[in-house]
Amino acid sequence: MGSGEGGYEKDLNLEATELRLGLPGTTSSAAAPDQEPEARQARNNKRSLVDRCEEEASKDASRALQKDHDSAPSSKAQIVGWPPIRSYRKNNLQTKKTEAETSSSGIYVKVSMDGAPYLRKIDLNVYKGYSDLLKALENMFKFTIGEYSEREGYKGSEFAPTYEDKDGDWMLVGDVPWEMFMTSCKRLRIMRGSEARGLGCAV
Amino acid sequence: MNYFPDEVIEHVFDFVTSNKDRNTISLVCKSWYRIEKFSRQRVFIGNCYAISPERLIGRFPGVKSLTLKGKPHFADFNLVPHDWGGFVYPWIEALARSRVNLEELRMKRMVVTDDALELISRAFVNFKTLVLVSCEGFTTDGLAAIAANCRFLRELDLQENEVEDHRGQWLNCFPESCTSLVSLNFACLKGDINLAALERLVARSPNLKSLKLSRAVPLDTLQKILVRAPQLVDLGVGSFVHDPESETYSKLLTAIEKCKSMRSLSGFLEVAAYCLPAIYPICSSLTSLNLSYAPGIPGSELTKLIRQCRKLQRLWILDCIGDKGLGVVASSCKDLQELRVFPSDPYGVGNAAVTEEGLVAISKGCPKLNSLLYFCQQMTNAALQTVAQNCPNFIRFRLCILDPTKPDSSTDQPLDEGFGAIVQSCKGLRRLSLSGLLTDQVFSFIGKFAEQLEMLSIAFAGNSDKGMLYVLTGCKKIRKLEIRDCPFGNIALLTDVGKYETMRSLWMSSCDVTLGGCKTLAKKMPRLNVEIINENEEMEECIDDRQKVEKMYLYRTLVGPRKDAPEHVWTL
Repeated sequence: MGSGEGGYEKDLNLEATELRLGLPGTTSSAAAPDQEPEARQARNNKRSLVDRCEEEASKDASRALQKDHDSAPSSKAQIVGWPPIRSYRKNNLQTKKTEAETSSSGIYVKVSMDGAPYLRKIDLNVYKGYSDLLKALENMFKFTIGEYSEREGYKGSEFAPTYEDKDGDWMLVGDVPWEMFMTSCKRLRIMRGSEARGLGCAV
Repeated sequence: MNYFPDEVIEHVFDFVTSNKDRNTISLVCKSWYRIEKFSRQRVFIGNCYAISPERLIGRFPGVKSLTLKGKPHFADFNLVPHDWGGFVYPWIEALARSRVNLEELRMKRMVVTDDALELISRAFVNFKTLVLVSCEGFTTDGLAAIAANCRFLRELDLQENEVEDHRGQWLNCFPESCTSLVSLNFACLKGDINLAALERLVARSPNLKSLKLSRAVPLDTLQKILVRAPQLVDLGVGSFVHDPESETYSKLLTAIEKCKSMRSLSGFLEVAAYCLPAIYPICSSLTSLNLSYAPGIPGSELTKLIRQCRKLQRLWILDCIGDKGLGVVASSCKDLQELRVFPSDPYGVGNAAVTEEGLVAISKGCPKLNSLLYFCQQMTNAALQTVAQNCPNFIRFRLCILDPTKPDSSTDQPLDEGFGAIVQSCKGLRRLSLSGLLTDQVFSFIGKFAEQLEMLSIAFAGNSDKGMLYVLTGCKKIRKLEIRDCPFGNIALLTDVGKYETMRSLWMSSCDVTLGGCKTLAKKMPRLNVEIINENEEMEECIDDRQKVEKMYLYRTLVGPRKDAPEHVWTL
């Protein structure tokens, strides 16, 4: 339902003014662009409906609801108050969407390395697991991580990959299942030197 | 006429709980009117502007339990301006001033301020029950006042409210002497919770039966709570994410197994699917399951769970369960009475959505189904006819096709016949919501067959005034009618103006009624408030009677136009 913009909305550049809850740079989950246009076109003899919708959409530009960004040529604009779901429930879904690991939205986290002049950002969704991630980090920052063991953490180098979890604690990367790590990781930090050795290494 | 002293008659009246019956009793004679009047304890006010607090107190001075509803239903969907009205403070003030011994207050779609909550907590010494549904205007400070001052508080139930969270320590405000809690629901709060205070509160509430936690309550706290309260019947889980290999998790498993009384589960506001097996042990006794707020549980996990809930009577779920998942529900939950399927992606057109297939499967497997809310991609007349045949017991039937004017997806015809089958088969139908491509014909069916219909919601339907007239003339018991974006105009509005005094309210927005039509109605019916809502700034001066009205809300009232309407809401 309700997706894709006609030329009218595109001229208004509603996208620029719309209020959304989403990570910057992410788009709302894209509907299949090959969806049959008939299925979504207003099949009715009430043309005033579509006109009214476009009118409302332009009036409510600043209150615009989240839109789909596929390229299918549908003339349907978002209708205020449709589908009839309580705002509370709708807001709930929005929040969940920004956090959910859908392949289209990505989980971007900052990565800092002690001593590096600037931070990087990576999408955790892209990696299949810890070895994948660590290899990528090694490439990105040009260093070597030691071998992981539950007992001793990362042995064999002066670096230790850590992350900040939802409670604000700094944890060693690799202890929890990958999926759990993906949902709880807020940012990554590659520690080096004596600080690194303090984590997970035998005293 | 009276052979018994008043006290005996009053005792007899105590057994008459239905207000309808009590109203009838009041008409027998003056003496019975008087006795009934002073002994009436429960009052339900479906529209807070239909009556004033003073008149309520005058009529039923002994009221102990009050239910108040404010904004019209379509306020849920952002169709009513925020400041439209529904303020509870004047009610509390009047009740307090008259020293009414209020014990229970239930409100829906009202504006409740911290001042109102504070006043409740101080004015009514025996206050026991506070239930707020879809309300707004208060913060956790107001909750702190309730917690601190209501010494005999039994129930604090906050459902889907917009609460400003001051991250205060409102939970701490329950004094150590408060041990009377039976039901506590703060799932809608967004801020942090003092977990230790929560644990202590649960520990000293031996009568606690219902507890619904907010997202801020993590799994390890849940585990500790369940150890203290294995008697819980109704649980709303906050956060349910943890390492399944951890000690905490295995402690949780043990705790859950001891919850032999658990019948209702909801929440999971934050959840990892791999943690769900922890609740499998209690699934077989669950009668109510609400996973409609749980994000991202894949359909496969949902079905694994539901397969074990064979005693389920009520299920609220997201459409990511899919048609196949609904098939599993149909084969597992033979006692199902109420089903709600919400859209997980309201604006998208994804594969996750459900279609008519899922609904047909449910109707085949769950013959006891009597209440439905179904958001779907598409529907067909054939499916609706099958559903009507399989489930003649519907009391509530609400269908929402995400594309509101979509025709029958296999024949391209309007869905008139399908809905017609529903109203014809379900003789006890009290509430109906329509969607899809619909002509005047569906209203003809409704007017003819829906004899018990009390509430009807219509959107983007009909061809002419005839549609609305079929409903107004045919549905003798209609109380609430809400219409948006339909070609109904002044003729439909004005043909039978007396009808509106038999109804609670009528809402019409983006229809063809004009200002002139509304004025005429208001003039003819002084006991109706006809409100026009105009959020369009340009309106002001150049208003012409021939202009179509954006939003009209009319309701019967005994107290004339209200004085608290904002600028853009005019009572004609």
